[in-house]
Amino acid sequence: MKLKLATMAVAAVMAAAPVMADLVYPSLSYRTGPYAAGGIPFADGYADYFTLLNERDGGIGGVMTSVPECETGYSTEKGVECYEATKGGGALVYQPLSTGITYQLIPKVTADGIPMHTMGYGRTSAANGKVFRNVFNYPANYWDGASIAVNHLLSINDGDIKGKKVALVYHNSAYGKEPIRTLEELAKKHGFELSLLAVDHPGQEQKSQWLQIRREKPDYVLMWGWGVMNQVAIQEAANIKFPMENFIGVWWSGGEHDVLPSGDGANGYKAVTFHGVGSDYPIYADIQKYVVDTGKAAGAGDQLGTAVYNRGLYAAMLAAEATRTAQEMTGNAQITAADMRNGMEALEITEERMTKLGMPNFGPSFKVSCANHGGPGTAAIAQWDASAKKWSLINDYGPSDGDVIGPLIEEDSMAYAAENNIELGCK
Amino acid sequence: MLYREAGDYKTTYAKDNQTFPIKFDRVAYYVLLLVAFCVVPFFINDYWANAVLVPFLIYVIATLGLNILIGYCGQLSLGTGGFMAVGAFASYKLMTAFPEVSIIIHILIAGGITALVGMLFGLPSLRIKGFYLAVATLAAQFFLVWLFNRVPWFYNYSASGQISAPERTVLGVNVTGPNVDAWAQYMVCLVFVVVCAWLARNLTRGNLGRSWMAIRDMDIAAEIIGVNPLKAKLTAFAVSSFFIGIAGALLFTVYLGAAEVGEAFGISKSFLVLFMVIIGGLGSIFGSFAGAAFMVLVPVFLKNFLVGGMGWPTDVAAHFQFVIVGGLIVAFLILEPHGLAALWRVTKEKLRLWPFPH
Repeated sequence: MKLKLATMAVAAVMAAAPVMADLVYPSLSYRTGPYAAGGIPFADGYADYFTLLNERDGGIGGVMTSVPECETGYSTEKGVECYEATKGGGALVYQPLSTGITYQLIPKVTADGIPMHTMGYGRTSAANGKVFRNVFNYPANYWDGASIAVNHLLSINDGDIKGKKVALVYHNSAYGKEPIRTLEELAKKHGFELSLLAVDHPGQEQKSQWLQIRREKPDYVLMWGWGVMNQVAIQEAANIKFPMENFIGVWWSGGEHDVLPSGDGANGYKAVTFHGVGSDYPIYADIQKYVVDTGKAAGAGDQLGTAVYNRGLYAAMLAAEATRTAQEMTGNAQITAADMRNGMEALEITEERMTKLGMPNFGPSFKVSCANHGGPGTAAIAQWDASAKKWSLINDYGPSDGDVIGPLIEEDSMAYAAENNIELGCK
Repeated sequence: MLYREAGDYKTTYAKDNQTFPIKFDRVAYYVLLLVAFCVVPFFINDYWANAVLVPFLIYVIATLGLNILIGYCGQLSLGTGGFMAVGAFASYKLMTAFPEVSIIIHILIAGGITALVGMLFGLPSLRIKGFYLAVATLAAQFFLVWLFNRVPWFYNYSASGQISAPERTVLGVNVTGPNVDAWAQYMVCLVFVVVCAWLARNLTRGNLGRSWMAIRDMDIAAEIIGVNPLKAKLTAFAVSSFFIGIAGALLFTVYLGAAEVGEAFGISKSFLVLFMVIIGGLGSIFGSFAGAAFMVLVPVFLKNFLVGGMGWPTDVAAHFQFVIVGGLIVAFLILEPHGLAALWRVTKEKLRLWPFPH
């Protein structure tokens, strides 16, 4: 039994070996399980952008791209399996879209010399490129998100939120716990009261948390949720008639699929975002023409223009631009993972470049450096209009509170460096 | 053909009582050990270690542990995930507090701590049994996960509540941390598996194991013939939790490297190990291996076959994987309620006579 299975598995692995001589961007996606609602649009956007490059431009610098997918189901054990299964096929960069898997992979990618890009998630202190040589989290991280949410509260209260009560509803995992430290610092600085409400995986059961909110009547509720937890939280908030404009989610709690189930009840809900929303960009005409109309769209092809799909596009665009940078640096069209790392570190995104790519004003202009892998950390607030069924930005991309976040990143990354005997780079 | 027993005579009790009374089995066992120790380490790569062999070996230890409790002593437990978490967090605290002590010793102590915790949660088994005990151990599962989430001391006050294993060596070779070689990971787990399986086999056929089985078969009768239920039940909980604790410690240190209690040691882990025990066969050492192999290898194989071999989309494959594995479990349980071990026993009996059954 065991032997037979083993031989069959060998045969299957042999058959599954990917073709070399492509630019390979493995997608550790999750299209099943309680987090699929967010996993599907991201994976679709990520794959569609590379399909577009293949169809329209013949790949990047003349080399075709391929995006082998591996289903993780948001589980760290499967994430490790997927990483090991795909890393041999010339993988250039990993984007696991899971903070848990990110924590797992940080030491592994560092040992294997493959870069990892955790855009808006993962370990926040990876922004310190001196410690985390192979991990990038530009253009914004959780702590930026927390700070920008608080900045928004400041701006709607004329700069004074002393004595206000703010509740954080968070996914009880590494992901949800990330912003707590920053919010505690910010609470000290601005004098608001922070209360913490943990929601356990998968997040379907939130009655007690919202009962507590009903009792304590916080002025504002922040949310760090993902997957099915978002829909449930927004529905619960609507049920207790919590004023939606005082309910702010991080970008992972700001998808269409999160607010649509609550119908009109979700009107006015806000979410932080670090990239453009909607499908009002020239690139969508190309996606329609080269990807959708040719029947090559990933998944069901019904996610175009949603917030998380846009994030997938954005992640793929940044990866493609880093590849281009690496190709220019080395002069080779076929780059290695090490070249890719250097390319990511030398990445510069300008408004001009984004316009040329059909994504004008889609995200911030920024430049990655050896010491700063975190980008500018700017983001805006988007608000949901339930009657028009779309998100719209209600303020400009603003910076986060670097005075608070900078020292925290330094402290956390240095602790990691000391724990793991890491020699600092970027001399 | 294969099982030719002609000339395989036993002249002493010791020979008759050995674990593999049939010569062919005995030879196969030694060949398997030889291959596992001397051949596999030279050919293993990262994928085989991380996706297949290391999780298989670790789950074998956990399944052995749970099998002692459920299969041999008849005490139903749903706290496996929580007890594995105890092993993982104990090893983490020990590793970070005493970096100079060998990781092997830490893992053993972590097993010991889990044994104590297991005994504590085993106390209700003296008064309640069956499904009621299952519910009591379920409480252990939720309490332990809640505890490790709630008390920052357990995760050394890290911001995210994650624990990550620092680099440790055995005889100068890395076994934890990012720079570990596939063969080293594999060898550590293999040594633990062989020792645990040997221990389990010898415990279960000795005095202690017989008292467990007496309790399982009929606790009142066992008490009348002089088996102390307190001792039997608590030792079963202790030995079982010891194994489960070692499995949890290995899962965290050698396999995952970083873990988050709710995700890695949730209730689904308890059920996974319980399924392994039931599918493999209650009260069987071989069954523990077979059950763990089934639950670890079949999903990996199906994934590779459906996505890599047939080119299906990953989500369809993932859904079908649930359907197929679930279907196989149901089919196995209908065809052979006593698990893969019984299936193997029947096959063996057939093979003894094959090709001339009459």
